[in-house]
Amino acid sequence: MSAPADFILPDYRVQTPAVAERFRRLKERPVVLKVEDLGREFASNGGTVTALRKINLDIHRRELVCVIGPSGCGKSTLIRIIAGLDAPTSGRMLVDGKESSGPSPERGMVFQGYTLFPWLTVTRNVMFGLEMSGMDKTQAESEALQWIDLVGLGRFKDSYPAQLSGGMKQRVAIARALAPNPRVLLMDEPFGALDAQTRAQMQAHLLEIWRNIEVTILFITHDLDEAIFLADRIVVLKANPGEVQEIIEVPVPRPRHPDQVNSPEFLATRRRLDELIHPRTVHAPAEKLPIFRMTQAGDDVE
Amino acid sequence: MLRPRWFAIGQALPPRLRLTLTLLSFLLPVAAWGLVSYVPWIWHPFVRVESAGDVTWFKPGLLVERSVFAEENLKILAAGGHAADGSRANPVFLPAPHEVGRAFWTAFHAKPQLRGDLWLHESLWVSIRTIFWGFAISSLIGVPLGILCGAYAPISRLAEPMIDFVRYMPSPAFGALAVAVLGIFDAPKIAVIVIGTFFQQVLIIANTVRRHDPALVEAAQTLGARPWQLLRRVIVPSCIVDLYNDQRILLGWAWTYLIVAEVVGVSSGITFFINQQAKYRNFDNVYAAIIIIGVIGLATDQVLAFIGQRIFAWKNPRPSRIRSFFARLFARRPVVMLVEQTTPPTNPA
Repeated sequence: MSAPADFILPDYRVQTPAVAERFRRLKERPVVLKVEDLGREFASNGGTVTALRKINLDIHRRELVCVIGPSGCGKSTLIRIIAGLDAPTSGRMLVDGKESSGPSPERGMVFQGYTLFPWLTVTRNVMFGLEMSGMDKTQAESEALQWIDLVGLGRFKDSYPAQLSGGMKQRVAIARALAPNPRVLLMDEPFGALDAQTRAQMQAHLLEIWRNIEVTILFITHDLDEAIFLADRIVVLKANPGEVQEIIEVPVPRPRHPDQVNSPEFLATRRRLDELIHPRTVHAPAEKLPIFRMTQAGDDVE
Repeated sequence: MLRPRWFAIGQALPPRLRLTLTLLSFLLPVAAWGLVSYVPWIWHPFVRVESAGDVTWFKPGLLVERSVFAEENLKILAAGGHAADGSRANPVFLPAPHEVGRAFWTAFHAKPQLRGDLWLHESLWVSIRTIFWGFAISSLIGVPLGILCGAYAPISRLAEPMIDFVRYMPSPAFGALAVAVLGIFDAPKIAVIVIGTFFQQVLIIANTVRRHDPALVEAAQTLGARPWQLLRRVIVPSCIVDLYNDQRILLGWAWTYLIVAEVVGVSSGITFFINQQAKYRNFDNVYAAIIIIGVIGLATDQVLAFIGQRIFAWKNPRPSRIRSFFARLFARRPVVMLVEQTTPPTNPA
C-alpha cells in the first residue's frame, strides 16, 4: 500500500517529456467546465457551517479529473452543486463558457447507489434520458441498444435492475448517463459499493469508455489508488472549510495499466496524497483504547 | 434433513405447512362452532320441547331455559301429571354449521318467501354495484389528489389539514344529509361510501407517494426530466406497487361502510336481505349472507393480489399472460414480453 518512508521516490511533480507534452496539449483544449469562487454554507443550529469555500476549477475538454479529500470535505456537496442538485451560496459555474444552474442533461451523473429505475428494463432505463429530450421511442431504443452494447450488457437488455449484479447495474447507470450526450459526466464515488475485483474491472471499463467517447469526466472518490489510476489531474480538498488544497498533475503515463501501481511515479503520487489526506499528526500513535486484559495469562495472540 | 423451526424469527415456512396452517385458520373456528352446535353437553342453555306432557304452556318446538324446564317438570310430577320431554338446544341466533350450509343452498335455489323480496344473489349484486361506484368515484378524485399531495408540499398543506379534519366525522353521520340532497335510492348510499373512503384515501395515498426514493428523482433530473415528467415518469411508477396495495386495503374499508350505507334512505342490497331474514328469525340465512360478504371480500382481494403480482413485472420477472395482455392493450406496437433468462445473471461486472 503506502510506500515505506525511507524508500527513495522521485518528486511527484517530475514528468517525463511525453507526459509533460500531453499536459501541455490538454491545457490548450477549451475549458468545458469552469467553477468560479464557488461557496456553499449550511445553516446549522446557532450559526452557519461553511462546507465549501472559494472553489476554483477549470476542466478541459475530454479531461478526466478526480476529486479526493477526507470525509466531510464537501466533495459530495461539490459534485451535487455541479450537477445542479444543490445550489451554491456564492460563486458560479460555467459549462462551455455559459453560466449554468439547475440540473440539466448536459451534466450527466452516476451515483454511488446506482439509482436505476427498478420498474424499467435495462433498455428502458438507458432510453429514459433520450425520451426526456423528446426523441421518439424507436430511435431512442436503437440508440440505447448501442450504449448497452458499449458497456457490454447486450445479453441483459430486457432484464430488470434487480436481476443484475452491482457492477452490471453501475454499467447500466453509466450507459444511461452517457446516452443523452452530456458535456460532462459527473461520477460520485460510483464504484464505492463494489468489491475490490469488480471495482478494478470497472475502472478499466471506464477508461476504455472514456477513450472512445467524446466526454469529460469529473470523478469523486475516497480511494487514493483509484484516483491516481484514473485521473489526469487530482483535485485534493481539505475539510473545515472545504477548500482546494492542491491540484496534482498525475505523472503516470497513459495508457494506464494495473501494473503501473508499483511504478515510481505512481508511488510518488500516492505518497504525496497520503501526506495531504492523512497528515502525520493524525497518523501518530493512535489513542489507546481503555481495555483491560480479559484473557488467560499466556494465551497471547500477538 | 433440516427440520423447520416453527418459531424462528423471519423464517419462511415450507409450502406444505403454509397450506396446512391456512386451512386450519379457517377450519379451527368452524370446528369450534361445530363443537358448540353438535355436542349436547357443551353450552346448549335451552331445552327444545318435544312432547309437552301436562305442562299447559309448553308446545312442541318451544325453546325453554333449562332451569325453567326442570322446575315445570318438578311441579307437574309433584301434581302427579306427565312430565314434558325435550332435548338440549342452543339459542335460535346460533344455528349449526349444517343449517347455515343448507341456507346457502336454499338461498340460491328456493324462491324468496315474500313476493317482491330479492334473491340473495340479486341483493348481493345490488351491494356490489353500490361498492363499485362508491369506490370508483372516490378513487377517481382521491388517487390523483393524494398523488399531488404526496409530491407537492403546497398542495399537501392546502388540502390535507381540512381532509384530516373531515375524516374524523363518521360517514354515516352524513347519511341524512345525503338523502336530503340525493334522494332515497342508490345515490345517497354511494355518497356514504365515497365520504367514508375518500378522506382516508387521500391521506394514505399521499403518505405512500411521500415515501418515494428521492435519489431516483435526482437521477431523473440529471437526465433532463421536467417537473411534470418527474411526477408521471418517476414518482408514480416508483410507488405504483404500494399504491395498488393501498387501493386493495381501501377497498376493504369501503366494504365496511356498506352496511351502514345501505340503511340510508330505502334499505337495499345485502343489508335489506339480512335485516329481513333477521326479522323472520331465519338466522341461518343471516349467517349465510354475512359469510358470503366475507367470501366476496377475500376472493376479490386474492384476485387483485394475483393480478398485482402478474402486472408488476419487475417485482416478479417471469412471463405472464395477464401482463402481456395489458402490455399489448396499452402499447401502440407489438411487444415481446418474454424475458429470456436461461442462466441467472450473477457473473460480476
